[in-house]
Amino acid sequence: MEALFCGLVGLFFSVAIYLMLSRHSVRMLLGVAILGNAVNLLLFTSGRLTREVPPIISAGMDALPSGAANPLPQALILTAIVISFSFFSFLLVLTYRAYQALGTDNTDDMRLAEPKDEPMPPLGY
Amino acid sequence: MHDATRKQGAEVPVMTLLCLFLPLLAAIAAPVLTARLGAASAWILALAPAFSFVHFAGFLPEIAAGEVVTGGYIWVPSFNLSFSWFLDGLSLTFALLITGIGTLIVLYSGGYMKGHPQQGRFLCFILLFMGAMLGVVVSDSFLMLFFYWELTSITSFLLIGFDHERAAARRSALQALVITGGGGLCLLAGLIFLWNMTGVTQLSLLIHQGDLLRQSPYYLMALLLVLGGCFTKSAQFPFHAWLPNAMEAPTPVSAYLHSATMVKAGVYLLMRLHPALGHTPAWEILLPFFGGLTLMIGTLLAIRQTDLKLVLAYTTIASLGLLVLLTGFDSPHAVTAAVLYLVAHSLFKGALFMVAGIVDHEAGTRDMTRLGGLSRAMPVTFAAAVLAAASMGGLPLFFGFLAKEEIYAALAGGNARAILFTAVAVLGNGLMFTAAFAVALKPFIGPKVETPKHAHEAPALLLIGPVVLAVLGLVAGVASSLAHAYVSTPMASAVEGRPVPVTISTVPHLGLPLLLSVVTVALGVLAYWQLARLREVMARLLEAIGPGPDRAFDHALSGLVRVAALITRIVQSGRLEVYITATFILIAVVLLAPMFVYGELPAWPTWPKGVMLHEYAIFLLAGAGVIAVLRARTRLNAIVSLGIQGFAVAVIFLLFGAPDLAFTQFMVETLSVVILALVMTRLRLLDSDPRPLGQMLLDVAVALACGLGFALFLLRTTQGPFDQRLTEFFNAYSKVIAHGANVVNVIIVDFRGTDTLGEIAVVMITGLAILALIRMRGTSALKPADNNPDEAEGREA
Amino acid sequence: MNTLIFRTVAPFLTALMMMFSIFVLLRGHNEPGGGFIGGLIAVSALAIYGIAYGVTAVRRAIWFHPLSIAGFGLALSAISGLLSMLAGVPFMTGLWIYPELFGVQVPLATVMSFDIGVYFVVLGSITSIALTLEERDDD
Repeated sequence: MEALFCGLVGLFFSVAIYLMLSRHSVRMLLGVAILGNAVNLLLFTSGRLTREVPPIISAGMDALPSGAANPLPQALILTAIVISFSFFSFLLVLTYRAYQALGTDNTDDMRLAEPKDEPMPPLGY
Repeated sequence: MHDATRKQGAEVPVMTLLCLFLPLLAAIAAPVLTARLGAASAWILALAPAFSFVHFAGFLPEIAAGEVVTGGYIWVPSFNLSFSWFLDGLSLTFALLITGIGTLIVLYSGGYMKGHPQQGRFLCFILLFMGAMLGVVVSDSFLMLFFYWELTSITSFLLIGFDHERAAARRSALQALVITGGGGLCLLAGLIFLWNMTGVTQLSLLIHQGDLLRQSPYYLMALLLVLGGCFTKSAQFPFHAWLPNAMEAPTPVSAYLHSATMVKAGVYLLMRLHPALGHTPAWEILLPFFGGLTLMIGTLLAIRQTDLKLVLAYTTIASLGLLVLLTGFDSPHAVTAAVLYLVAHSLFKGALFMVAGIVDHEAGTRDMTRLGGLSRAMPVTFAAAVLAAASMGGLPLFFGFLAKEEIYAALAGGNARAILFTAVAVLGNGLMFTAAFAVALKPFIGPKVETPKHAHEAPALLLIGPVVLAVLGLVAGVASSLAHAYVSTPMASAVEGRPVPVTISTVPHLGLPLLLSVVTVALGVLAYWQLARLREVMARLLEAIGPGPDRAFDHALSGLVRVAALITRIVQSGRLEVYITATFILIAVVLLAPMFVYGELPAWPTWPKGVMLHEYAIFLLAGAGVIAVLRARTRLNAIVSLGIQGFAVAVIFLLFGAPDLAFTQFMVETLSVVILALVMTRLRLLDSDPRPLGQMLLDVAVALACGLGFALFLLRTTQGPFDQRLTEFFNAYSKVIAHGANVVNVIIVDFRGTDTLGEIAVVMITGLAILALIRMRGTSALKPADNNPDEAEGREA
Repeated sequence: MNTLIFRTVAPFLTALMMMFSIFVLLRGHNEPGGGFIGGLIAVSALAIYGIAYGVTAVRRAIWFHPLSIAGFGLALSAISGLLSMLAGVPFMTGLWIYPELFGVQVPLATVMSFDIGVYFVVLGSITSIALTLEERDDD
């Protein structure tokens, strides 16, 4: 089972990274969205897999039986989903504003911070 | 010294502590006072160093009796750090010089900077420096010594660059900071070596560890590093270039920092460490060699100058060289000579600098070829100048004479080495005699020369300093037994690490030293008579030699900037894809390399058994979803395929026992689609993602390598044993102590509640940031700005 | 999307989803659910209402600025953690009380108020994001 998950995680990472290597900020954004899922699946798999037994202690018992799913990665992923969603929204708005302000989604043309042919720093005192 | 009784009274440390900080407190008060009172504030501010001087002078009887005064407070007990001071003959003499000359300098600055709009700032810096310098000489702990040492470099930087509107001042300030600050780092490394070699962090303990240090294999390393600090601070060749340039500073600074006190910090430390590091071949070769070289170069360059301050600056370099030479010279009288010369030099050089400042201030120039006949207009200044020059020239009755007799007594000997150094000293002293009288006589005697300003006698504030110092040079010489009892003997004893009585008096006694003194004076008089011709010869000689370390500094600095710019251009090309590619290549290497290098590759997995059909279906759906995102040509396509892979992941969570995750993922994917739809309508998505072929191959390779790396890494992880401890803890205690059946929720809100608090804070900050981004009305400000490359190109075309 | 059917159903749907979100929030300690999921369901409810009636209507309906709601939630969570310090135990230690209401024992805990804080932060922040983005259509 884990092997199948490993393949899927590898595929998710490859696609996400290929999209993030694009010059166009919109495609990079799509890559970031997939990257979030890739990381979540990675965490989920590394906590080992259990089918269909949620980590909920049934009434009358004091501890979770050993057959249930591992709650720890789930707790990590739950917050990660919400955070990566907020982060994704922020990136989305940033891309949108950059497109609005600069009229391009090509990152090669976004050279405000590091302009082309920057002059030498001053050599005198 | 070794069995000296240590005195630690209850009320004494508080007073000493106050005196250490008094100059710093006065520095804070200086700008306020000066704004109210003008130049008169100098009288009040001078009270601070004067008070410290009186307090430290109160220790003289104890120190003269061979005692050592220590005190201090524990600062950081866990690191064995303390704020502690240590007063013996050496540090007390320095403390008295710093506070005594400091008092005079504050008064002098009051007169010199009178009416200057920045007088308050100036006095503030001077007093700040005074506090730092006082700290250097009384510090016991290494850390405190280093801290104050660097503080003197920084205040010196501020004072040299005081007139910061001139490029020359800025250059000199930076040069002094780079050289002395770099030396400070050497010193820090050296102190760390000494600490590691002996295990002590206090100078008062270190000086008894001489045998241990000298036998250590790291001795030479530690010595070189400490010398790096001392030689840069005390302007030894080839680090001397910053000192003449520091003459850009106002004259009170030159008189105080760059002759009487700061430049002697290096000599101070050499003397302080003499009992610990001295008496080795390395010490006795390096110090006299560099000292002697500096002495020669300093005097020869001094003769060449016509600017009064520059003449004095180069003779200061020469004197520092002489001091280093003596400190390292192995002979019974060498240390005594160094001690006497150090005190004498502080007195006469301080006075002469102040005289040069007065001449500059009153006549409007300090070029000695454009000065002459001022003695009638400025008789008091002239008298002070002559007295100081007589001490510097080593004429009988003056303190300088004692120093010179002792120097010759120390150096003269039968072997070749002694003869060589004696010759160097005679020549150096002779030329210093010439320089002294060139400064003291040339502007004052001879026919009256028209000067830019109509010269008249300086006001009292300016005169006090040089007169007091010049007269002290005479008094100390005449009353030598008193000076020896309270200053020279304790100081020499501290430097030697054993009692050394100083006995030399002004009554000339026939012998080799006196003969050498006569030769020196004769040489000086001869050179003075032929000064103009000598100057010309030196100028031609220097031109033939070519540029010195001063030019090299310029080249080094601009070279550094060029290299930095070149590296920045290579590393930071300004193209985002290069940065991202580099990052992911590194990630791929980090993931794959260890597995291949250490043979930790996962075993080839067998085809999973018992996978159900719907599970295969959902895996296929997720895979198809991400591939569809990759190939999306329209916005709608992209949004829908992104949604598909998200929902597929949600179903996977549901199937593998994570309903919480599944619900959250469902909601998030729904909202993502909504938000994406809202924004994407206003974004352009090219129907294809064109990349040049090479670029595309690279991207594919990087992406595949990363994907393979993560997959193998995960496979290897899941094939290893699983550490159940944390999971078992949560499973066991979730209900028992946290009263919750949903373990995931209990972890989030209870066991790891603080993490969650941080996470919801992040969520909220994102909301705020998005609101700010959308509401920001500055978009139009970005577009027409001239740093937009497209716009700039358009305008040029 | 502005069909009559949708506009008629939307308020009921929103109300139902809001109720459901609170239900999910409160049962989260023992069954699947909790502040994060509850908050996200509430945001979806408001989103449906917004699609049907527009941003202004949503803003009117929730009365407060969405970020104020988020701020309130963050403060509530932080205070829930701090309360335990007043009781002399480390920050974020859960405190439980069991008051009797109408003969029924109701367990109340700082853990629960913490989760409610999470609910409000998620609700406020993400509603704010959605509303801000949606608003751009209007101008």
